[in-house]
Amino acid sequence: MRRAGILALQGDFEAHGRTLARLGAEPVFVRTAAELDAVDGLIIPGGESTTMLKLLRLEDLLEPLREFGRRKPIFGTCAGAILLATGVTHPEQESLALMDIDVERNAYGRQIDSRVARLSPEEEFAARTEPGDLEAVFIRAPIIRRVGGAARVLARFLDDPVLVEQGSHLVATFHPELTTDTRVHGLFLGKL
Amino acid sequence: MFLDETFRVKVGLAEMLKGGVIMDVTNAEQAQIAERAGAAAVMALERVPADIRKEGGVARMAPISKIREIMQTVSIPVMAKARIGHFMEARVLEALGVDYIDESEVLTPADEEHHIDKKNFKVPFVCGARNLGEALRRIAEGAAMIRTKGEAGSGNIVEAVRHMRTIQKEMKQLTVLGKEELVHEAKNLGAPLELVEYAAQHGKLPVPNFSAGGIATPADAALVMQLGAEAVFVGSGIFKSSDPEARAKAIVKAATYYNDPAKLLEASEELGMGMPGLDVSKLQESELLQTRGW
Repeated sequence: MRRAGILALQGDFEAHGRTLARLGAEPVFVRTAAELDAVDGLIIPGGESTTMLKLLRLEDLLEPLREFGRRKPIFGTCAGAILLATGVTHPEQESLALMDIDVERNAYGRQIDSRVARLSPEEEFAARTEPGDLEAVFIRAPIIRRVGGAARVLARFLDDPVLVEQGSHLVATFHPELTTDTRVHGLFLGKL
Repeated sequence: MFLDETFRVKVGLAEMLKGGVIMDVTNAEQAQIAERAGAAAVMALERVPADIRKEGGVARMAPISKIREIMQTVSIPVMAKARIGHFMEARVLEALGVDYIDESEVLTPADEEHHIDKKNFKVPFVCGARNLGEALRRIAEGAAMIRTKGEAGSGNIVEAVRHMRTIQKEMKQLTVLGKEELVHEAKNLGAPLELVEYAAQHGKLPVPNFSAGGIATPADAALVMQLGAEAVFVGSGIFKSSDPEARAKAIVKAATYYNDPAKLLEASEELGMGMPGLDVSKLQESELLQTRGW
C-alpha cells in the first residue's frame, strides 16, 4: 500500500490523520528527512506558515522537501498552500515554489473574519470525485492572487480560487480536514 | 453546541496552533523576537506574570496602543488577556480585532462568581483550568480552548504537571462509567452532563487542551506535551531568561520534537540562564494565581 505522510512540525496534522484514517489510509507523521524518504506523498497541514518555515530551515528540511516535491505529490491546506506557492505576500516570505501560484497571507482579515462557507466546486471536481457542495472552513485564510498557466482551479469562493491543482500537487486555502467530507483528501490519495 | 458554525471556526484556530508555542509579550520588539523564533502566536499583556507577582497591584488588560502595535508588527495570531468576568474588557479586545482572548487568572479578577458568557462573542476564548470540572464549566460558557493553569510566573513546572495529570486522570476515569454514573459525576464535577458524556466517550475534552504556567525550559515543554498537552503557553519563561531569542527557538523545537530525546538535547544546549524559579509550596495561599476562577 502507498504511504501517505503528513508533515507534523506544527499545526492541525492530527486532523489530517483522522481524515486519512476515514479513507482507510494509515497516516505517517513526518518530522525528519529520513521519515520524508519513507512516504509516497505528503500533506502539509494548516497551522502557522512562519513557524513551519522556521522549523524547516532549522532542521535543514527545505531542500529535501523541494526535491521530494519534484518527484512525489504534495497536498497543502492553508499554511501548506502558502508553503507550496511561488510568490508569498503580506508579508513576503520564502516558500517551496512547487506550484505556479501566488498567495497573500491572512487576506480575509483576522480571526473575526474566519468563517464556514458552502461552495459549488467546478464540474471537473464533481466528475473526478462525487457531486455536491463543499463545506469550506476558512481560518485566517490566504487568498490565491495568481494562478499560472499550468495550474487548474477546481473550486472558487467569491470568485477567488480556493482549490487548485498542478500536476500531482494540490492546494486548498480552506480546511477539508476539519469537516467530515473526505473528497478532497480522496482526490489527493488518488495521486499517490 | 459542537455543530454550531461559529464554535467550529473558534476551535479551528486552536487546531491550527497545535504543536506550537504561544509566547507572552509586552511590546512589539518582544513580539518580533517571538515570531522570528517560530512562535505560533503571541499573547499581549501589560506585564509578564513574574513581574505581576513581584510588583503586585491590580493587573488589567494591556494598554490598547501596545496591543495594536503588536498586531501591526507580527503576522501570526495575537491573543490578549482580559480579567476573569470582565466582559467589557473582552468587548474592547473584540472590537480591536485580537484573534483570541484569554480570560486569565494571571490578571486580577473583576468578578468573584461569574466568568464571561463567551458564547455571546464572535472572537474565541481560551480559559485556564486545574481540573476537569473547571475545564468543562469553561467550555459550557463557550471557551474554544482550555489551558491548564499551572502557576504562572513561578518558573516551576510542578503545578502544570499536576493540573495536566489531574484532567487526564479524571477523563480516563469517566471512560469506564455507565450512563447513570455519569449523571452522578456531572453533579460532582459541577459540569453539564452533555460535556461529561463527551469526555467519557472520547477520553478527551471537546476542545484542544494546552498547557501553561511554569514552563521555563525545552524539557518542561516536552514534559507537558508527553502528558497530553497539545501545545504550550510560555509566559515569563522566555523574556525573564538571560537569552530570550535562543530560549524561544529552543522551546519551539521542543514542542515539535517532544518525542525525540536527541533533538531535545540539541534544543537544550547553549541556552544561558533560565528564569529564577519559586518553590510553589512555600507561597501563601493569597499569592497563588491558580486559585482564581470558579
